[in-house]
Amino acid sequence: MLLTEAKPVGEVLNLIGADKSVFLLGCGGCPVGAQTGGEEKLAGLKAELEKAGKKVTGSMVVDFLCNKALVGSRFFAPARAAQLREASRVAVVSCGVGVQSAAAILGKPVVPALNTISTNAVQGLWPSEERCGQCGDCMLGMTGGVCPITTCSKSLVNGTCGGTNKGKCEVSPEKDCGWLMIYKRLKALGRTDDLRKMNAPRDHSKSDIPDRLRKSVHWALEYSKAEEPPKQATA
Amino acid sequence: MSRLQEKLSRGEFTVTGEIGPPKGTNIDPVIHEAGEYLKGSVTAVNVTDIQTAVMRASSLVGCVKLKEKGIEPVLQMVCRDRNRLALQSDLLSAAILGIENVLSITGDHVVAGDHKGAMPVYDLDSVGLLQAMAKLESGTDMGLDNKGAPNALDGSPKFFKGCVVTPCAEDVEPQVIKLAKKAEAGAQFVQTQAVYDPKAFEKFINLVKQYKIKIPILVGIVMLKNAGMANYMNNFVPGVQVPKEITKRLKETDKKEVPKVSAQICGQLIRDMKGMCQGAHLMTLGWDRYVPDIVAAAGL
Repeated sequence: MLLTEAKPVGEVLNLIGADKSVFLLGCGGCPVGAQTGGEEKLAGLKAELEKAGKKVTGSMVVDFLCNKALVGSRFFAPARAAQLREASRVAVVSCGVGVQSAAAILGKPVVPALNTISTNAVQGLWPSEERCGQCGDCMLGMTGGVCPITTCSKSLVNGTCGGTNKGKCEVSPEKDCGWLMIYKRLKALGRTDDLRKMNAPRDHSKSDIPDRLRKSVHWALEYSKAEEPPKQATA
Repeated sequence: MSRLQEKLSRGEFTVTGEIGPPKGTNIDPVIHEAGEYLKGSVTAVNVTDIQTAVMRASSLVGCVKLKEKGIEPVLQMVCRDRNRLALQSDLLSAAILGIENVLSITGDHVVAGDHKGAMPVYDLDSVGLLQAMAKLESGTDMGLDNKGAPNALDGSPKFFKGCVVTPCAEDVEPQVIKLAKKAEAGAQFVQTQAVYDPKAFEKFINLVKQYKIKIPILVGIVMLKNAGMANYMNNFVPGVQVPKEITKRLKETDKKEVPKVSAQICGQLIRDMKGMCQGAHLMTLGWDRYVPDIVAAAGL
């Protein structure tokens, strides 16, 4: 199961910026088990965003966001497509793979609502090329939904190096340059200004699993219940 | 203030050179050559930092040796091999040794070099390294003490901070955007990757103006040793295109005359681009003895 943690609401709002309308997309897979996603968490985020004056145009949980075909097919319905069209941003409650998969097919700037800390042993479905670096400090909201940690051979955080060669990486002529992919995605979204934002050096301590999460990994909710001490009957 | 900074701030067209430390302990020949041919021709000399990820002696030791010869060094620092602790430590060491010019570079990936299994570090990127320099100059480091306050330094350094850019990359806008971030992070001068096409360079300079980047730019000039090297650069060196006419000229030149012709080509390139930039950075790849010829051919 993927270990994820909610980003502070303030950070999510910061990433949404001045945009007014947001579509909420959640994964019904791992984040439900990690208790960071699912219908309930989406409703909670919706309330927070509305409190901050944002319009939530629609909200939907898809079984596995890492499956792009599945995500795409859920927007065939005209009503859903209209909700998506109306939104300036898509806030995604899933691991970094789900955020990247949504960004790759929805044609909207995405905002990650979670940080992904570990993919542990079971990684949900993994049908396509998007990879999550488990950095614990998701920056997909500023990179057009393309992960610089996994697509850039050097995991650079402030843009392309001099090794980019006709769209490919200096490491291999078969490997796409991650930052050029980011540039092209942001250009298509009309958001190249995002490239100008200064990103601080990474905090590598964030990719360590904190003790409280290490001890409370429960894939099956039943398992977590069995672990709970029996409640004392109160008079 | 370093001589390099002084000259550039006066608006004088400034030329820098470059040497690479040896793979081994025998550093005297390269330092001797620098003394013979670079000292009188250029303002400062870069010392490469484990260039193309091929293990060698350090840039720092090369800089110290140059200083002993009375040559002003530029310490190149790549982000590939050291984390932020080691980078900051080496920056302090450089300042203690009296080195002022420091150049921030991402660094070729380890797979380009001769230790392909090494761990690529990139804890900081070239923007982060410039920020680290600025932080040290301000009297603190990047870390925090137990109370979450910045650590104060016992004596802070002062650098002339440089950076690099690939001006003739096929997609030049992302290069310029990153350059703007480097300037914002505190870069005070730029040395570019090799340029052989003044028209492409002009396009780059126009974009630099559009992005309101105002730091001095030294155009990169790499000596071509033969037509084969030109072809190699076109095929394998990112963001470098040698025009056919130059390759043809080298191919048709008698082998003995190639260095002379190559120096003339470099001189002509500098003449063509002199009006667009504030200096030139000469990379002769061991052909240091032709630097005076290049400077003469450029009419400097």
